[in-house]
Amino acid sequence: MPQTESMLHRFGQVATLLALILVQLPLIVLALLMLVLTFALGVVVLLPPQVRMVRRFAELHRRLLREWTEVDIERPYLPEPPPPVPQADGMYRSERTLYKTPRVPAWNNRWKWMVSDPATWRDDVWLALDPVVKVLMLPLFAVIPARALRMYAQWCELLLGATAASRLAGQVSHLRRTRHLAADSQAAEMRRIERDLHDGTQARLVAIGMTLGAAEQLIDTDTRAAKALLAKARDASSETLTELRRVIRGIHPPVLAERGLADAVRALAMDSPLQVTVTVDLPDRPESPVEAAVYFAVSELLANAARHGDARTAAVDISHHGTGLRVTVTDDGLGGADPAKGSGLTGIERRLAAFDGVLALNSPPGGPTTVTMDLPGVLPRKQADAMPHWKIVVVVLLWGTAWCPTFPQGIVAAIFKIFQIEKPGWFLPLHLPGPWQWPAIIGMIVLGATMYAVAHRIPVNHDRRIRMSGGVPTNLRCS
Amino acid sequence: MNRVLIAEDLYLLRDGLVHLLQAHGFTVVAAVESGPELLKGLLELRPDVSIVDVRLPPTLTDEGLQAALAARKQLPGLPVLVLSQHVEQLYARELLADGSGGIGYLLKDRVFNADQFIDAVRRVAAGGTAMDPEVIAKLLARNSRHEPLAALTPREREVLEAMAEGRSNAAISQRLYLSESAVAKHTASIFAKLGLAPSDDDNRRVLAVLAYLNSR
Repeated sequence: MPQTESMLHRFGQVATLLALILVQLPLIVLALLMLVLTFALGVVVLLPPQVRMVRRFAELHRRLLREWTEVDIERPYLPEPPPPVPQADGMYRSERTLYKTPRVPAWNNRWKWMVSDPATWRDDVWLALDPVVKVLMLPLFAVIPARALRMYAQWCELLLGATAASRLAGQVSHLRRTRHLAADSQAAEMRRIERDLHDGTQARLVAIGMTLGAAEQLIDTDTRAAKALLAKARDASSETLTELRRVIRGIHPPVLAERGLADAVRALAMDSPLQVTVTVDLPDRPESPVEAAVYFAVSELLANAARHGDARTAAVDISHHGTGLRVTVTDDGLGGADPAKGSGLTGIERRLAAFDGVLALNSPPGGPTTVTMDLPGVLPRKQADAMPHWKIVVVVLLWGTAWCPTFPQGIVAAIFKIFQIEKPGWFLPLHLPGPWQWPAIIGMIVLGATMYAVAHRIPVNHDRRIRMSGGVPTNLRCS
Repeated sequence: MNRVLIAEDLYLLRDGLVHLLQAHGFTVVAAVESGPELLKGLLELRPDVSIVDVRLPPTLTDEGLQAALAARKQLPGLPVLVLSQHVEQLYARELLADGSGGIGYLLKDRVFNADQFIDAVRRVAAGGTAMDPEVIAKLLARNSRHEPLAALTPREREVLEAMAEGRSNAAISQRLYLSESAVAKHTASIFAKLGLAPSDDDNRRVLAVLAYLNSR
């Protein structure tokens, strides 16, 4: 019974697909008309709605097929262009024209984006051919609906799915964005440090130098005043050190350099006015830039919890899953944290973006607030990934013995045979009866070559498996 | 009571410390510049007091601190005064954890004030403690919202602060311009408010206060 039921279910799905043809046909006519108007008559405003319409219809198919057949058709579209940025004079440039508002440049960018995306045209081709394919597949849909649906999904994937080029474009744009963010936040850091040193430390050192100069002048005439000045200079140098310590903490906290992430976070917890519990489960130390990013993120989050959230206790949990790092910071404050209100969360996101890290915030009004940060692939790989001993032994044995069948028993025996040298010696194939000699020689050469090939393949395969399993799953935001 | 070992990797500072201590009547038995040398010196020479920089070669992490902790594990109560460019409560706790006294933890800037610094060295050599005011300030700031501490009067807080730094009643009375008996009265009141058993021994008293603050 359940089988017939699922069959009926499939037929229902097929019927839905076929019914969609009724929408598709007018859509094709409309889309074609809009294209003709755009490119033949120059009604360029019609292109964006046309593209949006077709994309929506294609997206409907992607969604239905994902639900029905588990064939996941990735969206192939290039990333949307970023909003236009005003120039120094507040005007927006598009090609050689300046605009007062960003509207026209934004529209231009979108237009170019749609036309230059090959996925736009692949969508159109799919739209035109799809009804024909559906009709041609009718007999299959009737007999083997489940398998036919999968075949249909594969057809759709051919034109609606992501191509290597579109994936690459998505990845490039993602990398460009994160690189910008990283460069931006680094430049901002540098500016902050420069300002701190310039306004604080440098100014204080100048003051100390002046005080010392004055003391030098007074030392012969008024010893007491000189002494007072020297004491002042000493106090000032102490203050300068305090100031410098604060700057250094902002660049790279000493405890992080000395102890690593786990103890540095524990030190943070001790300095926090909250009751903070820290649990750390890390097999190895991550790279130093990752440690710094996580440290500053936790520091910011704890400070936020104490400042805005009215929290009393907090918990920091640092754990690993594979080569990924996960940090969770929970506090029992009032909740209702909003990244849009500029509570430092955007700054953290920026820092993490350089490592493909993401931040998830859960802060319902009334609390508790939980922030989870995930940094994939930042931990060093385990040593267990080295080749197991038996594989190494096999490879060494193969490299060490493969010469024997290849050269003396194979190639040299073949030369002897060709030149009809009648000295079988220790060339085994030449001891066989006449008709078996050539097959044996060829067999030896093949055996030798295979041994070389296997000895070469084992390490290569091993490396590739590790690369695949250790690879960072990149999030392609092609939308 | 005046054989001293110095571990500091910066030549200028090491030299300065040697001169300063010699000028105050100490004998410098060794001046080393790396973690392994320090550990060897601590265990073999058993100096009356050692002045140790946290960050030492070869790793330039917390070699000095680790060497001091390792040596004190083998020779409990071996007096060590740890100097650092920054103070961390984490390190202070680790140094105080064995509860055996003879420990100091100061910012390097404190060397500027020679009298106070020498006083701290003597205190540590005698088995007392010398905690940097900044460590104590952080400890108190962190605990200030909690009940028993919030109940202290401002004067009692000042006394507590000075006491936690490791000063004796005499030193506290001098610093706060109080009579010694007034200081004794304040300390008794503090101990009563915090629920700690009173003790006449200066050093045991300090360790009890620090343990109390750290346990929060």
